Amino acid sequence: MAKITFVTFDGVRIEADAENGSTVMESAIRNAVPGIDAECGGACACATCHVYVDDAWQEVTGEPEAMEEDMLDFAYDVRPSSRLSCQIRVSDELDGLVVHVPERQA
Amino acid sequence: MSEITKTDVVIIGAGPVGLFAVFELGLYDLKCHLIDILDRPGGQCAELYPEKPIYDIPAWPEISGQGLTDKLMEQIKPFAPQFHFNRMVTRLERQPDGQFHVETDEGEVFETKVVVIAAGGGSFQPKRPPVPGIEAFEGKSVFYSVRRMEEFRDEDVLIVGGGDSALDWALNLQPIARSLTVVHRRAEFRAAPDSVKKMFELVERGSVRFELGQVSGLTGEGGQLSSATIKAAEGETEIPVTRLLPFFGLTMKLGPVADWGLNLHENLVQVNVETFETSEPGIFAIGDINWYPGKLKLILSGFHEAALMTQAAKRIVSPGEKVVFQYTTSSTSLQKKLGVA
Ligand SMILES: Cc1cc2nc3c(=O)[nH]c(=O)nc-3n(C[C@H](O)[C@H](O)[C@H](O)COP(=O)(O)OP(=O)(O)OC[C@H]3O[C@@H](n4cnc5c(N)ncnc54)[C@H](O)[C@@H]3O)c2cc1C
Ligand code: FES
Repeated sequence: MAKITFVTFDGVRIEADAENGSTVMESAIRNAVPGIDAECGGACACATCHVYVDDAWQEVTGEPEAMEEDMLDFAYDVRPSSRLSCQIRVSDELDGLVVHVPERQA
Repeated sequence: MSEITKTDVVIIGAGPVGLFAVFELGLYDLKCHLIDILDRPGGQCAELYPEKPIYDIPAWPEISGQGLTDKLMEQIKPFAPQFHFNRMVTRLERQPDGQFHVETDEGEVFETKVVVIAAGGGSFQPKRPPVPGIEAFEGKSVFYSVRRMEEFRDEDVLIVGGGDSALDWALNLQPIARSLTVVHRRAEFRAAPDSVKKMFELVERGSVRFELGQVSGLTGEGGQLSSATIKAAEGETEIPVTRLLPFFGLTMKLGPVADWGLNLHENLVQVNVETFETSEPGIFAIGDINWYPGKLKLILSGFHEAALMTQAAKRIVSPGEKVVFQYTTSSTSLQKKLGVA
């Protein structure tokens, strides 16, 4: 279990409980976090689940893999902290994770 | 106006559900034209997950998105459906005689007795990059695809993106453009290695300029671009640009379906579950685009809807004719249509 905080573009903080093994995207969808579309349902095929990982957490979440990095080409305003939330797996280590939702996905 | 194509059924969308509808309609001798904005059949299965396995297609323990599309194409072949790709259906209007006119953005007109909307999650449309004010230049100096190369002759062309479309067009337009710049956010490309190599050869020769970064601003007047600002790690640079081609992939947008006067439920077309007819008689909606109580967005549900829709469509196309229910296993007349008897 991990508690994840989504910070929307307007600065609203939404807290969610996420099960180990699920993805950060799934927890965003389950909690209706505005600004996460996840059109492809987590297939790493749409880049509409783009988030910025909070500075304090980038080391824990790690770097995107090659396929995710390719898909990030189709996301908007990509920064060094950019990740596709469907590719971040929840574990106890991520308890307290903070991610920021970009202005828009598509 | 171009010539009118007459047919029994126009299917809007060539996703898995639109494809299977050809089969069901074909068993009842209804001829179909399919229109899709994509350049190939398969809808979401082909565009979003061609290589991913699907596990819940009855009798196929595992089949990929592309595999399913290929099998459907094989299955409907006997009915010789006519495909019209790279076209968006923009208008749908009932004529005084009760038939429909279906119009595309390429100006074609289809006259049909029945319309089947199998538009899925909506039409795939290019993503618009997050550059302030870009809308004002679209169609005049910002394009999301190249329809006429001449529009780029002697222009300062800027291509954004790192996929095959971006690189293919960089290579194709470089000889006719006045200048050509490619902007991509990283040094790696997800494109055919040969195109990447060719592009970097042109960069070395000075024929193409490559910038690492993202487009952050555009300037120009009356829809005509004059320059673009490129934001890189080291800061911003402004370069002269008169044509911009952003390639950021596709996203699904409901699109024109919303404008056809049909009853909608949260952006989905409401249907009657006996016939899958919409609020307009003669217009049906099947697959992901429709809504009814209990709807599940599964390929399997779309297939079922196609079979039931066909019964009602047949009654419209051949009024007065008895609609006979038959099995493909035992009906010689169905087998003749399938070319197996
Ligand atoms: C990653 C992922 C995994 C999935 N896994 C499964 C699974 O395991 N099992 C399952 O059953 N389902 C699965 N689905 C859902 C399944 O793909 C859809 O239910 C199915 O594609 C719906 O088919 P469709 O033909 O209704 O629509 P679509 O496949 O969406 O096709 C609609 C087509 O219509 C076109 N179109 C729309 N409007 C217009 C217009 N105005 N003019 C021209 N063309 C237009 C679109 O471009 C598109 O090609 C999955 C979906 C995704 C994204
Ligand atoms: S949900 Fe589509 S890439 Fe993450």
